[in-house]
Amino acid sequence: MTSVALLGQILDYANRADPYPLYAELRRTPVVRDESGPYLVSTYWEIHSLLHDPRVSSDVRNLAPEAKTAPAIEDPDLPPSFIRLDPPDHDRLRRLIMRTYGPPHAPRRVYGLHGEISGIVSELIDRFEGRDRIDLVDDFSYPFPVTVICRLLGVPQEDEQRFHGWADTVATAVEPLVGTPEEQQAHVRAVREARHQLAEYLSGLIAQRRRAPREDMISALATDRGADESPMSLPEMLSNLTLLLIAGHETTVNLITNGMLTLLRHPDTLKRLRADPDLVIPLVEELLRFEPPVQLLPERTTLDDIEIAGTTIPQGASLWLVPASGNRDPQRFPEPDRFIPDRPDNQHFGFGSGIHNCIGSPLARLEAQAALAELVRRLDNPRLVEDPPPYRHNAVLRGPRHLPIAFDGLSR
Amino acid sequence: MSPMAVDGSLERLRREGRIVVVGASLAGLRAAETLREEGFTGTLTMIGDEPYEPYDRPPLSKQVLLGRVPADHTALPRSRAIEAQWRLGAAATGLDPSAKRVALADGTSVEYDRLLIATGVRSRPWPNELEAGLDGVFVLRTRDDATRLRHRLKAGPSRVLVIGAGFTGSEIASVCRERDLPVTVAERGPAPLSGALGSVIGDVAAELQHQHGVDLRCGVMVTGLEGDGVGRLRRAHFSDGGTVDAEVAVVALGATRNTEWLAGSGLAAGPRGIACDAGCRAFDVRGIVADDVFVAGDVARSPHPLFGYRFLSLEHWGNAVAQAEVAAHNMICRAEERRPHLWTPYFWSAQFGVNIKSVGVPNMADQIIVSQGSLGEHRFTAAYGYQGRVIAAVTFDQAKWLEFYQRQIEQAAPFPPPFATVDRRTEGMRPVPAGFPDPSVPTHGPQVTVSGYSPTDQRVTFTPAGHGRQA
Repeated sequence: MTSVALLGQILDYANRADPYPLYAELRRTPVVRDESGPYLVSTYWEIHSLLHDPRVSSDVRNLAPEAKTAPAIEDPDLPPSFIRLDPPDHDRLRRLIMRTYGPPHAPRRVYGLHGEISGIVSELIDRFEGRDRIDLVDDFSYPFPVTVICRLLGVPQEDEQRFHGWADTVATAVEPLVGTPEEQQAHVRAVREARHQLAEYLSGLIAQRRRAPREDMISALATDRGADESPMSLPEMLSNLTLLLIAGHETTVNLITNGMLTLLRHPDTLKRLRADPDLVIPLVEELLRFEPPVQLLPERTTLDDIEIAGTTIPQGASLWLVPASGNRDPQRFPEPDRFIPDRPDNQHFGFGSGIHNCIGSPLARLEAQAALAELVRRLDNPRLVEDPPPYRHNAVLRGPRHLPIAFDGLSR
Repeated sequence: MSPMAVDGSLERLRREGRIVVVGASLAGLRAAETLREEGFTGTLTMIGDEPYEPYDRPPLSKQVLLGRVPADHTALPRSRAIEAQWRLGAAATGLDPSAKRVALADGTSVEYDRLLIATGVRSRPWPNELEAGLDGVFVLRTRDDATRLRHRLKAGPSRVLVIGAGFTGSEIASVCRERDLPVTVAERGPAPLSGALGSVIGDVAAELQHQHGVDLRCGVMVTGLEGDGVGRLRRAHFSDGGTVDAEVAVVALGATRNTEWLAGSGLAAGPRGIACDAGCRAFDVRGIVADDVFVAGDVARSPHPLFGYRFLSLEHWGNAVAQAEVAAHNMICRAEERRPHLWTPYFWSAQFGVNIKSVGVPNMADQIIVSQGSLGEHRFTAAYGYQGRVIAAVTFDQAKWLEFYQRQIEQAAPFPPPFATVDRRTEGMRPVPAGFPDPSVPTHGPQVTVSGYSPTDQRVTFTPAGHGRQA
C-alpha cells in the first residue's frame, strides 16, 4: 500500500491560488491513502463510481471522530441536515424539500425567480455608477445570492438586512478555524449565536406563514403535509433551511467570482460572451468544470470493503473525493487544463453526482448565467487589478476573498 | 472479399453511395444523424409507413393521454440536419437483396448500396376481428392511436377496461385514474408487470393499482367483447364468468414485430424479429451475415455477450438509439473499425406517481433480493440473480442507484450481493424466487424476450434452464 502526503499540501493555504498541479500529481495514483489517514480519490471515473456506490455513507454518525473537518457547521441542538444523512432518512427530507422546490410539485419555483434575479443583478451593478474600481466579492458576489435566497424563501424585504448579517456569520463556519484558541472559541461562539438568532427568526416566520400562507417556499414547507410520510418537523426545517442558506450562499459567491476571474484571464472569451450572451449557458458549465466552487468532498465513509482501480478501500475508511481533480482528468476531458467555453460533452462534477447531487443547481445556474452575462455587458473594459487575487482559507469551498476589478465606465 | 470492402469503393460509398433506411422512427432518425455525423455525403432515403416525421413514443401513454401535450407535439428533436429524401406514408412491402431493391406500397421501389431495417413493432390487435372493430376498442402504439384514445378519454367514459397489465397497460390505467375515470384492468398473469419483472415486484405494482382505485383482476382472461345494437362496446366477459360494463377497452397485449414485408427476402426475419450479429448485420436464413443489410431498434434480435450470447429483442428507447448508432457506424466504416452493440438493457416507466427503472434482463433471473429500501414503502432497489450472478436490477423511485447495479451486472458480480450498503433493511436479507410466469404458457410478452440460441430457427421456444416458477 503506497501512501502520499498530498492532502496537507492541498489544505496548505500557500497552494490555494492554484491547487491544480497538486491534483495532477494526485491523479498518478487514482486511489491512494494519504499519510494523514483518509483515502483520496482523484480520477473521474473512480469518483463517479464512488458517488453512485451504495456502500459509501455520508452519514456523519458513521464518521470516525478524527475525520470530521468543520466542527462548527452543525448545530448540536438540531438534527443533522439531509446532506449528512443516508437513505432512507436523507431521501425523506430531500423529497419533502423537493415537493416545495422543484418539479413535479413546484415546477415554477426556481424558474419563476428569473425576472427577480435579473432585477437584483441590475440593481447591484447600478451601484457601481461613478466608480472605476470595485471589489467584485464585497460589492456583488456576496450580497447577490443571499438576496436571491431571501426572495426564494419569502423573507420580507424589510428583514433582508438582518438576514444578511446572520447569513454572513453562519457562512464563516465553513472556514477552518484560525488564530489563537481564544479567537477560535470566540469565532465558534459567534457562529452559534448567529445560528440561534437565525433559527429563532425562521421559527417565527414559519409560524406566521402557517397562519397566513403565501406563495413562497417557507409557506409551502410550513404547510406541506407530506404525501405518504410524516411532514418535516420544525427542528428538521430549521436544520435544512440553514443548510440551504449556507450551501446556496458560499458556493454561488465562488462560482460568480471564479467566473469573472476566469473571464478576465481569457479576454478573447470575454469578448465572445459580450458579442453572444447565449454563450453564457455552456460557459457556466465549463466554469463548473474548470473552477468548481466545491473542490473536495470529505467526510464520507465506506460501509464495506470496496475494490476500485486495483486498490481495496477497507470498511470504515474515511473517504475524500476530489471532484475538482476529476474535472481535470485527461482520461475524461480532452485538453482538461484549457478553458473552452462551449466545450461539448461536459459532464462535470461541479454539482457532484449521485444521490447528494446539488439540489440548488438550477438556481445556481440561473444566478451565474444572469450575473456573468450582465457584468460582461455593462462593465466597460474590465481589468484585473491583481492576479492571483487573495483567496479565502477554505480549501473545500475555494474562491477569492477579494477580486478587485478596474473598469472605465458602466454601460446602461 | 466483397467489392465494397476495398478501400476505394468504401470511400465511394461514403461519398456518393445510396443508403436506405426503412422505418422513420427513433432508430431510423438516430441512424441517419449518425451517418451524416460520420461523414456520409451520399443519398439518404428515409421510408416510413406513417405520414409523420419521426416522433417520440414514450409520451404517448403518459403526457399525451393526460392531455398535457398534444400528440402532434411529440416530434423527435434533431441533433443535426440529415438532408434525406423522405418517403413518408409509403410502407415498404418487399425486399430483393440480390437486386438491392426495396419495394414500396405505392408501387415504386428504391435501390440501395446499404440498407438499414428499423421497422419496429406494432401493437398486437384484439384477436377477434369483429370485436376489435367495435367502437370503443383501442390499441396504443402510434400518434394517431394516442390522439383517438385521448379524445375518447376526454369525453369521460363510464368505465375503461385495460386488457393486459404490462407496462403500456399499467401506464394507461394510471392515466385513467389521474383523469378520475373508473378503470378495470384484466391481467392473465398473477400480477401486473409480472412478465417483465416477476411476481415479487408484480405484487408491489398490484398494491399501487389498488391504492389508486384500479379494479384489478388478475389470473383472468378477457374471453369476449360485447357490443350494443349499433356496434359500440358495452361489456366484456372474463374467463372466470364475470363481466364488466365498459365504454372503452384498450388492448395492451404487447407488440408484433414488423417483419412480414421481408417474407421471401431470404433474411432470418420472423415473429421474433430479424436476427443480426452484434455488429447489427442481418443474418440470412442460412445463418450467414449480410454485408449490406443492417438492423436496429425494436425489430432487431442480436446476441449479447453479457447474457450468454443469447439473442435479445429489446423494445427499449435507449436500445433503439444505441443500436442505431452502432449500425450506422458499421454501415460506412472499414471492417476493422466495426463496433459491437454492447448496450446493457435499460428501460423506465412512470405510473401511479412512481418512477420505475430496470437494468439488465430481469426475466432471465431465478431469484430476487430487495437490496435497498422496502417493498412496503414502494421505494426500493431489487437485484435479480441467475446462477449466482447479478443479472438485472429494478428500482421504484430509487433510480440513482441503478448505475451501480449496472456495473455489477457488467462485471458478473456475485448474487446475492454480499456487501453492506446504505438503506439495507431486514426484509431484504434473503433472496427469494423472482416469480416469473411459466415460460411455456403464452403470455402477452415481457419487455425483453430471451429467445434461444439459433437465429435461423424461428420455431424455437423459450425454455431457459433454471428459470424460476412461481412459488
